[in-house]
Amino acid sequence: MAVLVIADHDNTAVRDTTLKTVTAAQKLSGDIDVLVLGQNARPAADAAARIAGVRKVLLAESPALGKMIAEAVTDVVVPLAANYDAILTPATSAGKNFSPRIAAKLDVMQITDVIEILDANTFVRPIYAGNALETVTSSDAKKVITVRPTVFKAAGEGGAAPVEIVSATGDAPKTRFVGEEVVKSDRPELGAAKIVVSGGRALGSAEEFQRVIEPLADKLGAAVGASRAAVDAGYAPNDYQVGQTGKVVAPDLYLAIGISGAIQHLAGMKDSKVIVAINKDGDAPIFSVADYGLVADYKTAVPELMDELSKLGK
Amino acid sequence: MKVLVPVKRVIDYNVKVRVKPDQSGVDLANVKMSMNPFDEIATEEAVRMKEKGAATEVVVVSIGPQPAQETIRTALAMGADRGLLIQTDQTVEPLAVAKLLKAVVEQEQPGLVIMGKQAIDDDNNATGQMLAALLDWPQATFASKIELNGASAANVTREVDGGLQTLEVQLPAIVTADLRLNEPRYASLPNIMKAKKKPIDVKSPGDFGVDITPRLKVSKVTEPPKRQGGVKVESVADLVMRLKNEAGVL
Ligand SMILES: Cc1cc2nc3c(=O)[nH]c(=O)nc-3n(C[C@H](O)[C@H](O)[C@H](O)COP(=O)(O)OP(=O)(O)OC[C@H]3O[C@@H](n4cnc5c(N)ncnc54)[C@H](O)[C@@H]3O)c2cc1C
Ligand SMILES: Nc1ncnc2c1ncn2[C@@H]1O[C@H](COP(=O)(O)O)[C@@H](O)[C@H]1O
Repeated sequence: MAVLVIADHDNTAVRDTTLKTVTAAQKLSGDIDVLVLGQNARPAADAAARIAGVRKVLLAESPALGKMIAEAVTDVVVPLAANYDAILTPATSAGKNFSPRIAAKLDVMQITDVIEILDANTFVRPIYAGNALETVTSSDAKKVITVRPTVFKAAGEGGAAPVEIVSATGDAPKTRFVGEEVVKSDRPELGAAKIVVSGGRALGSAEEFQRVIEPLADKLGAAVGASRAAVDAGYAPNDYQVGQTGKVVAPDLYLAIGISGAIQHLAGMKDSKVIVAINKDGDAPIFSVADYGLVADYKTAVPELMDELSKLGK
Repeated sequence: MKVLVPVKRVIDYNVKVRVKPDQSGVDLANVKMSMNPFDEIATEEAVRMKEKGAATEVVVVSIGPQPAQETIRTALAMGADRGLLIQTDQTVEPLAVAKLLKAVVEQEQPGLVIMGKQAIDDDNNATGQMLAALLDWPQATFASKIELNGASAANVTREVDGGLQTLEVQLPAIVTADLRLNEPRYASLPNIMKAKKKPIDVKSPGDFGVDITPRLKVSKVTEPPKRQGGVKVESVADLVMRLKNEAGVL
């Protein structure tokens, strides 16, 4: 039984999500190939080749693959599928976009957001915003799976797999890339950060969000997250959103500031190791999951926190 | 141009979900059900296209049990023109939903299908992409903005990791709606009354010759490990001390 992992990468390196998906793949097979799709992605393929336990790396490049256009990705993956019993993709927004398309082309029901692999056919996945977990057994001969990366450990380095070029058209004649707005930041990636500082509707404006949340994050070397309410109101960019329909994070430390703790938000952060909540309403539901709760106005609590952290040399 | 909007009847997003003690599923008895929030957004977008004259007709389709008619009625009250219920009491997985929708698309010939990005019960986020695959149509998922370029193409802005991406897709195409696409209206009383007279066709999966046997067998549904609420700290200094010494995360 061989497994194909479709890499999440930034052309120069593979992301942590890929390393975690390789670990998930190891539960299924020792024969793991990694597919790197992109444009000018050779360095990422070389990085994938160094992941411990990888048999070989496949590299396919085209302009449409550089933008991860779903039709182009599907055209490359479907012919390769004959060689594999399972195709695993990290459940990032790109992965969620193309993986079901691949599954349908193969007449397979995707197993979405897998958090546990019990055997080659049996998987656990969250439903209802993580308020229930279902154990499913797939009767499909081939498995198409998206993996929730936060629950698996990252595979280590030390591999030296060969890189093979896959010649594929990889274009998407009915779809044209028009443009993108990329949020530039030197902070760690939200999905991979050890510490996440998130702000909610309480912040009240984009200026306040930048003035209060971002310096605190920088002091802690943290990524910045937000509730949907903060994103909707334009206080923070959409890709900061943590939750059922945003990103799922599980850092060592999650700080929720001015966030009430709606189930949709909890779905994205309740697997964090330590949760801290600062909220002026002592009855806010966020306190039911917080390891440390501080009932306070963030306007005084966050400056104090900055001072205390400075005393620790942060 | 005709626009097709698939809508799913799901547990209301405000309801606290309870897992049944026998682990056979979640308790849906006497629980408030509503239209999947993303499908409301999809319906709103389609109705706005009609109001602007860009769409000629908005058809909604739901696959599910008899009460899913209410969900279709809700969409009709928002301004959709007619509905189709493919009635079944069985669980229908995204792959089978996509196969049924493909058959509907072949009959109805819409220029655009707008649907939700994710059903908040199964959280699959798969059906739209699967339908696009089966039809060989382009897909633009997680849309926060749709601009039609006449009847032949649409520019769709998508919410992706790292920011926003804009794609131009040729029509017909599948677009899946994200939360920021629009804010759905509340249906007015007169429109709710009017919707009662709009037609809803009822069919069965068999009428479309689609096998809906699930590929995934659910052996159990369990509660996730409960997270214990911890302590309330008295001061910021106390918090920092505990994070450093007790939790060891600073
Ligand atoms: C289909 C669907 C999907 C959704 N997906 C997501 C998702 O993925 N992620 C997500 O986050 N949400 C999601 N939501 C929205 C979710 O239901 C909540 O509306 C949202 O999480 C609320 O955000 P909030 O906690 O910032 O705002 P609020 O609920 O308004 O909470 C603000 C909190 O700030 C506190 N506060 C106010 N002022 C201060 C102050 N000065 N100091 C300290 N505290 C203060 C208040 O006491 C309150 O608890 C979704 C909703 C739907 C319908
Ligand atoms: N039973 C159904 N009836 C109608 N539409 C559905 C059904 N199931 C899924 N959909 C559509 O597909 C979208 C994504 O659902 P899912 O892939 O299950 O997360 C939903 O937002 C609906 O628009």
